[in-house]
Amino acid sequence: MNNAISSSRNTMHESASSGRSVSPESVALHVRDLTVAYYRKPVLWDVDLDVPPSVVAGIVGPNGAGKSTLIKAILDLVPHASGSVEIFGKPYRRQRRLVGYVPQRESVDWEYPITALELVAMGLYRKIGWFRPVSSPYRKQALSALTDVGMADFAHRQISRLSGGQQQRIFLARALVQDADVYFMDEPFAGVDASTEKAIIGILQRLRAAGKTVFVVHHDLETVREYFDYLIMLNMRIVAAGPVAEVFNSENLKRTYGGRLTLLDRAVDAMGRTPG
Amino acid sequence: MMWTALDTWIVVAAVLAGATCAMIGSFLVLKKVSMMGDAISHAVLPGIAVAFIITGSRSGPAMLIGAAVVGVLTAVLVHVIHHYSRLEEGASMGVVFTVLFAIGLILIERAAHHVDIHPEHVLFGAVELVPLHLISVFGFGVPRGVILLAFVLLINLSVVTLLFKELRLATFDPELATTLGINATMIHYLLMVLVAMTTVAAFEVVGSILVIAMLIVPGATAWLLTRRLLPFLIVSVAVSVVAAVLGHIAAITVPPLFGYVDTSTAGSMATVLGILFFGALLFAPEQGVVARAIDALRLRLSIGSQDALGLLARAAENTESQTGSLSAAELRGVHRSPFAGHRLKLAAILAFLRVKGSVVFRGGRYHTTERGSEQGREILRSHRLWEQFFFDDGKVRISELHPAADVLEHYTNNDLREDLSERFAGKRTDPQGRPIPGED
Repeated sequence: MNNAISSSRNTMHESASSGRSVSPESVALHVRDLTVAYYRKPVLWDVDLDVPPSVVAGIVGPNGAGKSTLIKAILDLVPHASGSVEIFGKPYRRQRRLVGYVPQRESVDWEYPITALELVAMGLYRKIGWFRPVSSPYRKQALSALTDVGMADFAHRQISRLSGGQQQRIFLARALVQDADVYFMDEPFAGVDASTEKAIIGILQRLRAAGKTVFVVHHDLETVREYFDYLIMLNMRIVAAGPVAEVFNSENLKRTYGGRLTLLDRAVDAMGRTPG
Repeated sequence: MMWTALDTWIVVAAVLAGATCAMIGSFLVLKKVSMMGDAISHAVLPGIAVAFIITGSRSGPAMLIGAAVVGVLTAVLVHVIHHYSRLEEGASMGVVFTVLFAIGLILIERAAHHVDIHPEHVLFGAVELVPLHLISVFGFGVPRGVILLAFVLLINLSVVTLLFKELRLATFDPELATTLGINATMIHYLLMVLVAMTTVAAFEVVGSILVIAMLIVPGATAWLLTRRLLPFLIVSVAVSVVAAVLGHIAAITVPPLFGYVDTSTAGSMATVLGILFFGALLFAPEQGVVARAIDALRLRLSIGSQDALGLLARAAENTESQTGSLSAAELRGVHRSPFAGHRLKLAAILAFLRVKGSVVFRGGRYHTTERGSEQGREILRSHRLWEQFFFDDGKVRISELHPAADVLEHYTNNDLREDLSERFAGKRTDPQGRPIPGED
C-alpha cells in the first residue's frame, strides 16, 4: 500500500513539473489575477495558479487566509473584484460539468428531512436534468457510491442520525457520483474519526489514480507530505504553490504562517478601515 | 346550528387557502427563512393597492401580478439592505416589510374612496364574505375567491411537483445547487413570488396577519413529525386542511355553547393550527416532550433496578449464597450505595422489581428470585469486565475504576459483554481480585 502511494507520488511529481510548459488545455486549473474583497477589504489578493491534472493538491494557510474563499471564488460562489478562472483551458462557467464540490460539513442543516441516499443522489441532479424525478437507475448509482464509502447500511437513515464522520462520507459519496474531473473539497478531514480519515485518503488516491484532480482545504500540517503531492500555501496571497517536495519547507511555512504583518498587509488593513 | 351552502363555500375557501399556504410555507420552514413569510405577507399590500388603483377593481390576475412584483422587490430589498448596511437579515426584513406595509395602508385608504376595499378586510380577512361574490363556472355559481385560491394552489402544486428535486437541493445546499447549474438565487426568488401570490390569494380568507400562521405552523408541525421531505409536505398540507375544517366548525359551534355569537373562522382556524402544533410538540413519537420524558423515566428505572440487583448480587457473593438478601436500610447503607439518601427512589425501584418478579419481600428483607439473581450477576459481570478493561488500559487509577465501570455497566448488552469477555479470555477475577461472574 505504502509503496503504491509513494511510487504514484513520484510519477505525479514528474508530471507536475512538466505540466507547466505545455498547452493550457493540459492545465487542470488556471487562475489569473483573482482578487476577492468583502467591503473593500481584500480577502484574496492577486491569486495566480497553474495546477497540473492528476494531483491531489492541499490548500493550507492560517485561519482567515482565504482558503475557503479561494474555492468559492473559483466556483463563482462569491463575487470577484477581478480575475479569471479556467478549467482545462476554458472559462469555469463553460466547464461546470467537469467540476465537483464538497462544501464544509457545517454549511448545511443536517436536520433537513432527507435520507443519506437522497443526499448522495443530489450529485446526479445535473445528469438527471431539470423537472425529472430521481428514477431508479439513479438511486442505484447513489447506493453504489454509498457502498464505496462504506455507508450502504445507512442509506435510508435521516442524515441527522449519522455521526460526523458518516456525514462527511456521504458528502464525499455525493461528490463521487458527480463523476467530475476536478474536485474542490472544503475541509473534508475536519472533525472525522480515524477510520473515516483513512477512507477519505483511500478515495483521494483512487481519484488521482483515475486521473482526477482534487483540491483539498486542509488544516493539519503534519499530514501534508502523506496526503498530498501538490501544495498551495495561502495567506491572502499565494505564498508558494508546487509539488510538495519543492514548496513544503520551513521558509515557505514561515512566510505563510509568520505572525509579523508585512508592509502590504498593513496597507491592506488601512484600506479596509478607510470609510467607503 | 344549521349548515348552509354558505358554510360549505367558507370551508372550501379555508381548505384551499390552508393547503396552498402550507405547501409553499413548508419550504420557508425548511430553508429557515420563515420570517420571509412574515415580511412578504405584509409587503405585498402596496402591490395589491396599486393593482386596485390601476384596474379600478378587485381583479384576480392584476392582484397576483402586483403581488409577484412586490414579492421579488421585497426579497431584493432585504438582500441589498442586509448587504450594504451589514445589519442582520432580520433587521433588514423588519425595515423593508413595515415600510412597504405602511405605504400599502396609505394607498388603500386613498383607494377605498372609489374601490370596494377596506383595510380591516386586508388585515383580518373576511371569509364570511367569500360566498357573496359569485362567478358563473359552467353554469354554477362559484365564489371568485375560491377560483383565485384554486388557481394559485394549482400553480404551487405544479411548481412543487415539477421542481421537487430542485427545490430540495436549493433549500438544503444552495452552494452545491449553484455549482450544479441550478441557480439557488433564482429558486429563492421563485419561492418568494409564489409566497407573495399565495398570501394575496389567501388574504380574503385569513387576512395578512393570520396568513403567517397558515404559512409557517403547518410546516413547523410537520418538522416535528416527519423525517422525509414528501411525507413532510403531505403532513403539512393535511394539518392545514384539518385546521380549516375544524376551525370553521369550532367557529360556529363553540361560542354558542357559551352563549355568544359565531366567531371568526380565520381566527378559529389559526387557533386550531396552534393546538395541533402543540399537540405534535408534546406527543410526537421519539421527538415529542412526552416520548422523551417516558424514555428518560424508563432509563432511570432501568439503571436503578440494575443498581439494586447489583447490590443484592454482591450481598449474595459475600454470604456465599445463591440469593442476595438485604433490607431497604441496608440497600441504602452499604458502601458506595447509589441509594444513600434516596429513600423514595429506592422504594419505587423495589416496588418495580417486585412487579417484575426479580425480588420478593419476606420478613422485612428483599430477596432476589432466581431471575433477579441472574440479572444481578450479569450486572456484576459487566461491572468487573469494565474495571478489567480500564485497568488494562492503564490510564485509570484503581480508585477511579469503580465510578467509570458503574456508569458503563448500565449500557452493556449481551453482545458487548461477550466481546469484553473475549478480550480477557482466561481472566477470572477483576483488578481487585474479585471473581468475574460467568468467567469461572
